[in-house]
Amino acid sequence: MAVTTENLPSGEQERPIGFGRLKRKEDARFIRGKGNYLDDIRLPGMLHAAILRSPYAHAKINSIDTSAALAHPNVAAVITAKDLETLGLAWMPTISYDTQAVLAGDKVRFQGQEVACVIATDEYSARDALALIEVDYDPLPAVVNARKALDPDAPLIRDDKQGQLDNLASPTWEAGDEEAADRVFAEADVVVEQDMIYPRCHPAPLETCGMIADFNPQTGQLDIYNGNQAPHAHRTVYAHVAGLAEHMIRIRCNDIGGGFGNKVPVYPGYVCAIAGSIVAGRPVKWIEDRSENLMSTGFARDYVMHGAICAKDGRITGLKVDVIADHGAFDSTAQPTKFPAGFFHICCGSYALEAAHVKVKAVYTNKAPGGVAYRCSFRITEAVYLVERMVGALAMEMGVDPIELRMRSFIAPEQFPYETTTGWTFDSGDYANTMRVAMEIAGYDELRREQAEKRARGELMGIGVAFFTEGVGAGPRKHMDILGLSMNDGADLRIHPSGKAVVSLSCQTQGQGHETTFAQIVAEELGIPPEDVEVRHGDTDKSPYGLGTYGSRSTPVSGGAVAIVSRKVRDKARLIAATMLETRPEDLAWEKGRWYVKGDPEQGVLIEQIAARAYSGEPLPEGYEGGLDAQVIYDPPNLTYPYGAYIAVVDIDPETAAVKVRRFIAVDDCGVRINPMIVDGQIHGGIAEGIGIALMEVITFDEEGNCLNGSFMDYLIPTALECPDFELGATVTPCPHHPLGAKGVGESPNVGTPPAIVAAVIDALHETHGVTHIDMPCTPARVWAAMQGRPEPPQ
Amino acid sequence: MQTPAPFEYERATSLAGAIAALKAAGAEARVIAGGHSLLPMMKLRLASPERLIDINDLESDLAYIREQQGEIRIGALTRHAELLDSELLAEHFPVFRDAEEVIADPVVRNRGTIGGSLCQADPGEDLSAVCAALKAHVVLQGPSGERIVAMREFQLGPYVTVVAPDEILTEVRIRTSPGAGSAYEKVERRAGDFAIGAAAAALEIEGGTIAAAGVALSALAPTTIEITRAEELLRGARPSEELFEQAGGIASEDCAPMADGRGPVDYKRHLAGVLTKRALRRAAARALQTEA
Amino acid sequence: MSVQITVNINGEDVTREEEPRKLLVHFIRETPGLTGTHWGCDTSNCGACVVLMDGKPVKSCTVLAAMAQGHQIRTVESLERDGRLDPVQQGFHELHALQCGFCTPGMMMTARALLDANPDPSEAEIRTAISGGICRCTGYKNIVAAIRWAAEHPATVEQEA
Repeated sequence: MAVTTENLPSGEQERPIGFGRLKRKEDARFIRGKGNYLDDIRLPGMLHAAILRSPYAHAKINSIDTSAALAHPNVAAVITAKDLETLGLAWMPTISYDTQAVLAGDKVRFQGQEVACVIATDEYSARDALALIEVDYDPLPAVVNARKALDPDAPLIRDDKQGQLDNLASPTWEAGDEEAADRVFAEADVVVEQDMIYPRCHPAPLETCGMIADFNPQTGQLDIYNGNQAPHAHRTVYAHVAGLAEHMIRIRCNDIGGGFGNKVPVYPGYVCAIAGSIVAGRPVKWIEDRSENLMSTGFARDYVMHGAICAKDGRITGLKVDVIADHGAFDSTAQPTKFPAGFFHICCGSYALEAAHVKVKAVYTNKAPGGVAYRCSFRITEAVYLVERMVGALAMEMGVDPIELRMRSFIAPEQFPYETTTGWTFDSGDYANTMRVAMEIAGYDELRREQAEKRARGELMGIGVAFFTEGVGAGPRKHMDILGLSMNDGADLRIHPSGKAVVSLSCQTQGQGHETTFAQIVAEELGIPPEDVEVRHGDTDKSPYGLGTYGSRSTPVSGGAVAIVSRKVRDKARLIAATMLETRPEDLAWEKGRWYVKGDPEQGVLIEQIAARAYSGEPLPEGYEGGLDAQVIYDPPNLTYPYGAYIAVVDIDPETAAVKVRRFIAVDDCGVRINPMIVDGQIHGGIAEGIGIALMEVITFDEEGNCLNGSFMDYLIPTALECPDFELGATVTPCPHHPLGAKGVGESPNVGTPPAIVAAVIDALHETHGVTHIDMPCTPARVWAAMQGRPEPPQ
Repeated sequence: MQTPAPFEYERATSLAGAIAALKAAGAEARVIAGGHSLLPMMKLRLASPERLIDINDLESDLAYIREQQGEIRIGALTRHAELLDSELLAEHFPVFRDAEEVIADPVVRNRGTIGGSLCQADPGEDLSAVCAALKAHVVLQGPSGERIVAMREFQLGPYVTVVAPDEILTEVRIRTSPGAGSAYEKVERRAGDFAIGAAAAALEIEGGTIAAAGVALSALAPTTIEITRAEELLRGARPSEELFEQAGGIASEDCAPMADGRGPVDYKRHLAGVLTKRALRRAAARALQTEA
Repeated sequence: MSVQITVNINGEDVTREEEPRKLLVHFIRETPGLTGTHWGCDTSNCGACVVLMDGKPVKSCTVLAAMAQGHQIRTVESLERDGRLDPVQQGFHELHALQCGFCTPGMMMTARALLDANPDPSEAEIRTAISGGICRCTGYKNIVAAIRWAAEHPATVEQEA
């Protein structure tokens, strides 16, 4: 039977025309196993690619012998760097204006780097043939520790780059005012300093990355099927990389099994699939396995940080931060061009500081490239972790309750719009109110009493607090671009004669429910049922240009675009309605779904009637072109600034040091909630990922640069047993400049959760064991070491 | 997705047939039951057997838990889920239920078998420690008949056992006795993970005195390790918190953990002590029927 | 090298010539119309590939197709019957227990087996039952609630027109 939303029973649900708890349209196919993910697609004559990867972190390649692999009966081609050079595809640009080897020719620079690509009739044969390729390596010493990357005797990683004499990936970048910060520190009553690391972790979406490339040599058309978060930007990159005409490239993203930032970059495997299809003249499918995903595609974080914070008269007054960013072997960190450390300088947090200063420099190491935002808006996760840890440490030093110190130091509601000391303009907020809601849900005072009782019995219980302000929805054209492409998004809305609508988007869902949420925006603005709005996305031939979904930018940017395009249609409808009602447009008033005559509400026409008229032979307003369509590009005037108060309660086994998250309270202010059910779902998922990062998710390396977390046996992701039944609350402070008052929410929980949990672990151990800091992940072994007075950062 | 290298496959229809097939195929053949240790190794191409002998059709011969001649006898093809659910096993040796609740996850437990777990001889595997603490014996069937091997002699090293290439482990036997109590304590990085460290303890308490004791650790040495000095200390003593603390101290000293992604040596030694003490405490409470 | 393998999937015998090494998850997915069973790792940790084998959930990435011969396999595509959704499917929709949808088939099949064995599971029993599966999107809260919903609405649900 056909899979349609109509087949789904509605049960007790309300069916809002516009905003509200609307069950998702996309569920209809997913609950039947009828999603259409990349590996579900099989094209006629399709070949399969597999990639040989380096076993070494750093080694010179002497020779690659592919003859035995080529002799395999099912192998169509074996591609190496030499072959790519003839196609001009040996190196590709990264999103940070660096270059990355598609296949290693001179040397390998991280374990898992792409060395050769086999194209065969089936995946099993392609993988068999990998074992037949012989590569002669001369291993070189590897740079693993970012702190040692700039040592004079550190081996040079990027000898491919002219003029590169050390392992500096990008020079020191600064924000804030160093002199002013020094002054504030000199006048302070209390100063606390702390080294900390936000360890390397990985978004690890459940569906790995992959591509089907289908190049037609007769027409020059390149059809690409690929689950990525920014299809239009990818198309532009392929046009540059492959020298193909952009209009002859079509990218289709069907259903995507999660992205979380991992599916933002262009990966060598994609270029190999394209090259393979050009060479073989047939469609080529390449899908990485889980180890390839964890060992070679975009990791997140890996910030080595030193913070200093100070207070005067009981309030936080200043912050200084010095960061070494580990970008791996190629600089493919994802951020807008003018911001080499992303939005890290939002690390002044939610506090009215007198001064702050931030320094970030980036280094190359013999590790996988990346630095993508794992459910995070361009390094805000690292920034919030830093400031919240520093505030926690300061409160501990001052002997003040961590909430009390925050309450004293928050930017006050009347201070908005507020210019931060590092140059952000926060538009709105009532932080103390949100903090109080979280305290009420948690029963904060009661928790503190319980903690004291338990401590007296030798039990270890911790209460951790974090408060964050994010800047999401990048971004304004005048400030932000990626590879020269403005970070704007388009929307195209067509109302058919029957009043049914199709809206096309440039953002790209990976599970966020765009087909439902964006239909609700059109429904809210035009007063037609969301069921009557079809949302199109994921096909570059059928959607307007835009930069995709990451950095919580779908609702802030594309949501703004859809609201405005709907209003454009509404304005056009007003003209037609005036003709239909034989009055002037300015004499009409709008109510959801209908224009009517002011003072005579009975006289009105429904949007459906107006749509019918727009396409009819009946008279239209003079000069009106006909139809009821509109198109916009939305250039947001500012970022949006969602914020939230999170409280974690943990219990720690005093003997084994195992940490259990007993409760987790999250109060988010993401402005107007279009679909509260979907918003809550986003928060749930982000908390779980945050629990993972705080307690178990980490990518580590040994001294030779071998990756120690290359499968789900060692890259641990929380199961249902590690996640408590999250307790959510909400405050709603509409964003003043967003057309809908919405702010974006997808990443907030991943930003706020890790510092709350780490604070809870420290809180549990501070009085009894003197612990003042512990680095993530808070594994039993690492917590135990902290309890013994020797906490260590993860390698 | 990772895929295994090619191999030949046959399904055994009888135990004798399986043994004959193993003998005929030589050293490059492997028995497959649940497959949850072997197939991932084959996908990683760390194992590439030329022939797999599938014994899953031998359930009627090899999947059982029964009481016989003063022993509990467990067929090698008994799945983890069946070990977890068995009331007979829980009554005599609750250590099995303790362990099975934390072995992999419920879906994996539907396939994995006790025979496969023991023969894999992964140092972090749980049932080897359980069986070692219970002083179990295993029955090995080969072309020239069967032999019975004590768990203590079963493992030769990490991932290596006394099972010959043409032998199949068919049964685990554990002597029952009144006054027995047993328990398993495990710390893992996350549900379903292999242990950072785990301890199995089995006690028989007669007239207030420990008549027999077994203590074995998982993931705390290159192989499953029995803490014989602790067992000697316990035998003949009266159960007490101090005694268990002391036994834990011995476990800390006598274990031989290696540093890895799960933790450093000092933490693992510490765990050996804590978990041994806790397992003994619960085992004693069960033996004395005073468990809370 | 190839052998003939017959696996009964959703009540129908599917026969193909395959190498013995063919994994059950691939055998299922290469059967037309049956791509609902996914894979997400190589090490039987993620549970995206869970199907029912003789009524019990198994990870089909760690079962050979040849080993499934003679057994009854049920996949997500079998849940809806005669246009009626399984209560588990309905519950997942009602309570927003899925986002990207990739883990959903494995989660739903695990849930179906749980409810078949234990029609009234507690929250703790549900969390344990699904602990062999990883969901990256939902934090499990709504999955747990959806399975409870299904337990409370055991009859297959009449679909609206």
